[in-house]
Amino acid sequence: MAIDVVMPQMGESIAEGTIVRWMKKVGDPVDRDEPLFEISTDKVDAEIPSPSAGVVAEIRAQVGETVPVNSVVAVIAGAGESVMAAPPRLSPTVAATPKTSREVAPAAGAVSRATENLARERSSPLVRQIAAEHHVDISLVQGTGIGGRVTRHDIMAFLEQHRGNTASSQPEPPAVVRGAEDRVEKMSVMRKKIAEHMVFSRRTSAHVHSVFEVNFSRLTAIRAAKKAEYEAQGTKLTYLSFIVKAAADALQAFPLLNASVEDDNIVYHKDVNIGVAVALDWGLIVPVIRNADRLDLLALSRAISDLAANARAKRLRPEDVSGGTFTITNPGALGALFGMPIINQPQVAILDVGSIEKRPAVVNDAVSACPTGFMALAFDHRIVDGAVADQFMSRVKQSLENWDEKQA
Amino acid sequence: MRSRPEVRRLGRVPYAEALALQRRLVEERRADRVGDILLLVEHPHVLTLGVRGDGGRSHILAPADRLAALNVAVYETGRGGDITYHGPGQIVGYPIIDLKPDRCDVHRYVRDLEEVLIRVAADYGIEANRLTGLTGVWVGGEKLGAIGVRIARWITSHGFALNVSTDLDFFKLIVPCGIGDRGVTSLAALLGRPLELRSVEDQVVDRFAEVFA
Repeated sequence: MAIDVVMPQMGESIAEGTIVRWMKKVGDPVDRDEPLFEISTDKVDAEIPSPSAGVVAEIRAQVGETVPVNSVVAVIAGAGESVMAAPPRLSPTVAATPKTSREVAPAAGAVSRATENLARERSSPLVRQIAAEHHVDISLVQGTGIGGRVTRHDIMAFLEQHRGNTASSQPEPPAVVRGAEDRVEKMSVMRKKIAEHMVFSRRTSAHVHSVFEVNFSRLTAIRAAKKAEYEAQGTKLTYLSFIVKAAADALQAFPLLNASVEDDNIVYHKDVNIGVAVALDWGLIVPVIRNADRLDLLALSRAISDLAANARAKRLRPEDVSGGTFTITNPGALGALFGMPIINQPQVAILDVGSIEKRPAVVNDAVSACPTGFMALAFDHRIVDGAVADQFMSRVKQSLENWDEKQA
Repeated sequence: MRSRPEVRRLGRVPYAEALALQRRLVEERRADRVGDILLLVEHPHVLTLGVRGDGGRSHILAPADRLAALNVAVYETGRGGDITYHGPGQIVGYPIIDLKPDRCDVHRYVRDLEEVLIRVAADYGIEANRLTGLTGVWVGGEKLGAIGVRIARWITSHGFALNVSTDLDFFKLIVPCGIGDRGVTSLAALLGRPLELRSVEDQVVDRFAEVFA
């Protein structure tokens, strides 16, 4: 006899639990009352014992999944039943147990209330939010996740497919009045991509901006001293090289800024790949410096000027513009005091460098003319709180203002 | 009616030792060889991680060499919650209690622990509060007491930490409980005078017995 193991009700006001660990895997024998898995709710982690003795035939909820109370998370087959011989999903004990249609994608229109609720409950809060924003009934979306769970990918694909049908849920943009002398031009592919990417980012991330002022006096002196040396090696030592270096080091110290959001997981990227936005006459592109944290200042300077030159010459390879984990944009080159950039998805932060010019600054209680600049960080408040963002920025500022000359 | 929990005041105990003791007592409690127990300890400097995700490792702000220089250890634990700091001047309570049969509600248990700390604060004329969605005890948006609990077959371990005269600078090494925009406080900081740890411990014992009577 197969026994369903359900997410236990750990308290009156508790509706769901998150699996944090399985102590057993499929095929493992388990005793009654032996710890089977651990769940987490609020600030409490609880170890859940097996309701019966037997063999773990199936695990339906994986680590990290949040499932409602009383939903089946595992199946225990009675002792003597063969489950080890066959793959768990095909095992006779499981197939013989009549289950609801959650393993079969429900056909649209023939959805029972119970299944619909189940599908809704089994999707992440993000998916539910996307569904609500677009007035989509989740039960109509075919789920490819575990146990028929609707993933973000599923719902985005569904929206893409039904764009025409759901358009009525969005307010209509006001009609454009075309004058007789107005010129109409088709958007380039790049333009359309940028437009979609930017609007998508605004819709996805909770953008917050934090602005720091940096005194570049020391770096100005170091640049002047090293100029000839770098030119002899065929490259230019720019402020941007120092900034990329400082950001790469700070990203190692604060890995949360070098992360991505995937449904309700945070993915911490091991590699620090910094994209540098390059303005082109025909648009904008962000070539990526891979493993920027492992390059010294000279190598970084070369990488920056090579990528920019290749971008302008349209010589970038696809791998030059993918895999970025953080972005730096430099509108200061065109005179902006600083910008308030939009995050380059699926990253969670972008650093904006404003113009570096001589401005009055207070040094040792006296006002003097110092090269200073503003740097703005846009960060995704879904996962990055202000304290972490500002400590990251403080670190960047500190290393730029007190640059260790041995690094140059 | 439950019998009053036995209180063991152990003074300064290294984190690993307290963890091993808790594990042993949970087994003893399960076998019914002991009754409900409240352990009260003070730890040397230590950062402890929860079980969820990376346990809050990314919320350690200080580099490893700085932690080593400050003599701060880092431990993975089995409790809920994110990263936290324990150290001198902080009362750490580990209730080893069987919640069966009449207290089988993890939220109620956590709210009860908060209640103990709120009453202790009130004994010193401080009005501490709960913040919806942020487990722990707060005074004016700053965290006075932290809670992280483990429950195995309804027997509790881990518990609460109350800042009495904790050196709050140590919290700057981390983002406490992953909540970045809120500060940390202590009874001594709120009262502006030093406090005897043992006398606050007396209050904790009384209030705990009251709430868990």
